[in-house]
Amino acid sequence: MNAVARFLRKVGFLIRRRKFDAELEEEMRFHREQQAMEFQSDGMSLEVAHHAARRQFGNDTRLHEQSREVVSFRGEVLLQDSRFALRQLRKNPGFALTAVLMLTLGIAACLALFAFVDAALIKPLPYKDPTRLADVAESVRVFPRSNLSWEDYHDWKKLQKVFTDFDVWTGAGFLLNTPSGVQPVMGARVSAGFFTTLGVTPILGRNFRPGEDSPSAPRTALITWATWQQRYGRRSDIVGQIATLDGTPTTIIGVLPREFHFALRGRADFWTPIQELNGCEKRRSCHNLYGVARLKDGVTVKTALADMKSIAVQLEKQYPDSNRGQGAAVVPLSDAIVGDVRPIFLVLFCGAALLLLIACVNVSNLLLVRAENRRREMALRGALGASRGRLVLQWVTEALVLVIAGSALGLGAAWGTMNLLLRLIPTDVLDYMPYLQSMSLNPRVLGFAGFVSLFAVVVFSLAPSVRLSSSNLRADLAEGGRGAAGTVWRRFGSNLVVIELAIAVVLLVGAGLIVRSFYHLLHVELGFQPDHLAMLEAGAPEKTYAKPEQQVQLVRQILSKMQVLPGVQYAATTSDPPVSGNGNTTWIRIKGHPYNGEHNEVNERDVSADYFATIKARLISGRFFTDSEDATKPKVVVINQALAKKYFPGENPIGQKIGGTDLAPDSLREVIGVVDDIRESSLDEEIWPAVYHPFNQDPDNYLEVIVRTSQAEQSVLPALVDAIRKVDPNIGTRNEQSMMQRINDSPTAYIQRSAACLVGGFAALALLLGVVGLYGVIAYSVSQRTREIGVRMALGAQRSSVYQLILKEAGLLTVLGVAAGLACSIAAATFMGKLLFGVRSWDLLTLTSVALLLGFSALVGSFIPARRAASVNPVDALRAE
Amino acid sequence: MARKTDLLPGTLDMLILKTLTRGSLHGYGIALSIKNLSDDILTVEEGSLYPALQRLLLQGWVKAEWKSTETNRRARYYTLTAAGRTQLSHELSQFEQMIAAITRVLQGA
Repeated sequence: MNAVARFLRKVGFLIRRRKFDAELEEEMRFHREQQAMEFQSDGMSLEVAHHAARRQFGNDTRLHEQSREVVSFRGEVLLQDSRFALRQLRKNPGFALTAVLMLTLGIAACLALFAFVDAALIKPLPYKDPTRLADVAESVRVFPRSNLSWEDYHDWKKLQKVFTDFDVWTGAGFLLNTPSGVQPVMGARVSAGFFTTLGVTPILGRNFRPGEDSPSAPRTALITWATWQQRYGRRSDIVGQIATLDGTPTTIIGVLPREFHFALRGRADFWTPIQELNGCEKRRSCHNLYGVARLKDGVTVKTALADMKSIAVQLEKQYPDSNRGQGAAVVPLSDAIVGDVRPIFLVLFCGAALLLLIACVNVSNLLLVRAENRRREMALRGALGASRGRLVLQWVTEALVLVIAGSALGLGAAWGTMNLLLRLIPTDVLDYMPYLQSMSLNPRVLGFAGFVSLFAVVVFSLAPSVRLSSSNLRADLAEGGRGAAGTVWRRFGSNLVVIELAIAVVLLVGAGLIVRSFYHLLHVELGFQPDHLAMLEAGAPEKTYAKPEQQVQLVRQILSKMQVLPGVQYAATTSDPPVSGNGNTTWIRIKGHPYNGEHNEVNERDVSADYFATIKARLISGRFFTDSEDATKPKVVVINQALAKKYFPGENPIGQKIGGTDLAPDSLREVIGVVDDIRESSLDEEIWPAVYHPFNQDPDNYLEVIVRTSQAEQSVLPALVDAIRKVDPNIGTRNEQSMMQRINDSPTAYIQRSAACLVGGFAALALLLGVVGLYGVIAYSVSQRTREIGVRMALGAQRSSVYQLILKEAGLLTVLGVAAGLACSIAAATFMGKLLFGVRSWDLLTLTSVALLLGFSALVGSFIPARRAASVNPVDALRAE
Repeated sequence: MARKTDLLPGTLDMLILKTLTRGSLHGYGIALSIKNLSDDILTVEEGSLYPALQRLLLQGWVKAEWKSTETNRRARYYTLTAAGRTQLSHELSQFEQMIAAITRVLQGA
């Protein structure tokens, strides 16, 4: 084969490259000498003959090079160039280090954030055909996505024509018997087809079978992979084991796949079918479920929504009491899961991308300056026979070497950053973003890294190549490295700095806005004193404490044990602690007020007598509960200020009666007090009207215990757990923490804080890079203008006017950069609007401070070169040329 | 000064192969031979012979050998191989076809 023979010959040449070169050299010399002898015999002098022979022969270096290219492999040139590039970079370690460091920084930030975006938004959910899944819910005015009721679900399921499968789930907590006592565990209850709808098959055992969600079916549960791992030590005979949940022996029938997660529920270790209906599920007006459905082929989410809406309207007519105002909400399941975090991840990713851009621009500028300084070298190589393509290739190779180094380091740094960031996320938050745990340097992320590197190589080789194509060999050779700064550099280099500064402004404004928003968030009016509050969740077994009197008795016992603990000032319980979020609502109606039949949705909290004193809430009028107000006494209620304003405008609410929508006699409660608004909502939500019922009149066996302590919160937590265990070892406790911790780790605060940290970090780096870039440009400009400055000073220019000259140049660039940046950031801030709390995207304070900060930093950055310019000694400057 | 005529592109390889049909020659000999045979009309930029020779070596159309010249200097002599002969006849027939076509066009116009 010809090609094979050619290849073998090439290999032969490669092995004997030195010999090849020597032989070629010898035969060319022979040729020239013969020619020269010929010319001599024609009567030329020795010297002239040699000259003529040489001219006739042509450029021997280039010819040698060409001959070599014929026989060499394509990659060899690249290898040579890379070796040369490395040598060049080693000769100038400052440049190489700066460039690689900047690239590493930019690439690492960009890749790490891309990995987050990938895990959250790009990677498909771990279900079969996840794009065909929809989240199905009811909808009321105050909750666009609110729970389904069990009976509504059954009607919807019967009447719908758009889904192939339609199932429901609800969160649940179980008390699990373990060798070390009873522990509360998180779980979920689902209709039997739930996992089939998702298309999830257990890796061990089997799925729930149709009909297993009836009260008569034997008790069964599926467990997650993590539970199998941590609680059961991966035992292979797990299927068929019995777990005692809430005192009921339950058979474990399977283990869910490792990659399975269901972010909407957060953490759920045990999944059981909805068998025994709880009190809520028996009433059409009580909503505690969410639906998951698979769309029929060809059916869009919009069509499905229309279908559900028409069913809701039908039910509204059929059951006006319970279903008035109950609409429908259908969204793609992925939207329900990541819709909230999408904007924050995108904003963070954009921040990182901007940082990378600024790093690239900075490195380009360095390369451009280098190209400028190496004009003479390039001209010389051109004159010695290097083709233009060959010179461009040299630049490309240098860029490639830089980018490869930067990418490799950046990839490593990104991996470290990803893991660090992931570890910094509190588990509570991670439970609701389980998809982040699957974050890795997968092919998508690596592909993105490749794309970024390619982009960088193109940008970096573009700059010097532009320089090269507009250069004039002869002029460059004559002028060499001296003389005025090249016009090309002036045109490109300084514009690049404007771009850099503008990006820095955008990032600074973004960071400023987020920090301000975070500050507002942490300083919202809470309506109580969050310091020195310790809290925990407790669950008492339903079987032992079934009757309300037993539950009341239990809580009295627990609280009296706690009150005598050292350091504890007050102890109380509530159904939901403050800052949990609006929800767990009830419908109210005021006796004696006109009623239009609408549902008046208000937060309901069941609290013990000392609750308000414990959290130091402020009484506006009337009184709080006493411990003796239990089922034997008339029913009472404390309302918050928002409820008083909304439902009793211009009236004294004390003494009025509040009841359910039907004003049934046993639902009526007398208002005995008005409390200042306690923030039940999460930090960024608005305050809703709320009613507080005495726990003793509305008891439960799940409680949140809160105590006010004079000591550090963490130090009393173990004693609290002990006190409860002493009352009854079968009571489970979990989530022991302080109120401050709870507020700081709440998803809203957490997301804002991490966004503030990340964007703040990006902005600080961008500011640094921008100012370094400006410094570089001005310093280079000064070095190029030394002669001009010398002449000016020799002609009598004052030092102050030299300062002025340089600072004016820097000032113009800064002003342009800041102006462009401010314009862009107003646009960018609108894009962030959704994330901001209490700050307008067009926040004058932020914009002004950023402009001032950047202006000042730029002044400092350009002052150093200006001083150098002003201290030029005219005699030296002129002589140096 | 002699009139210089640039070679038709792609013909250098053919000229070298043809020159070598008379026997082995070194690079200088090939250049000389082309010049003389064309009555000084075809002058190659002499150095460009060498990249071309490497190409022919690589293709296996010629082979090279170091020998002494009549003046007792070391020089690399190139010899046509069998494959080179086939290639030459192939190129010649193509070239003739092309020339004939060009001639027809020029005369017909």
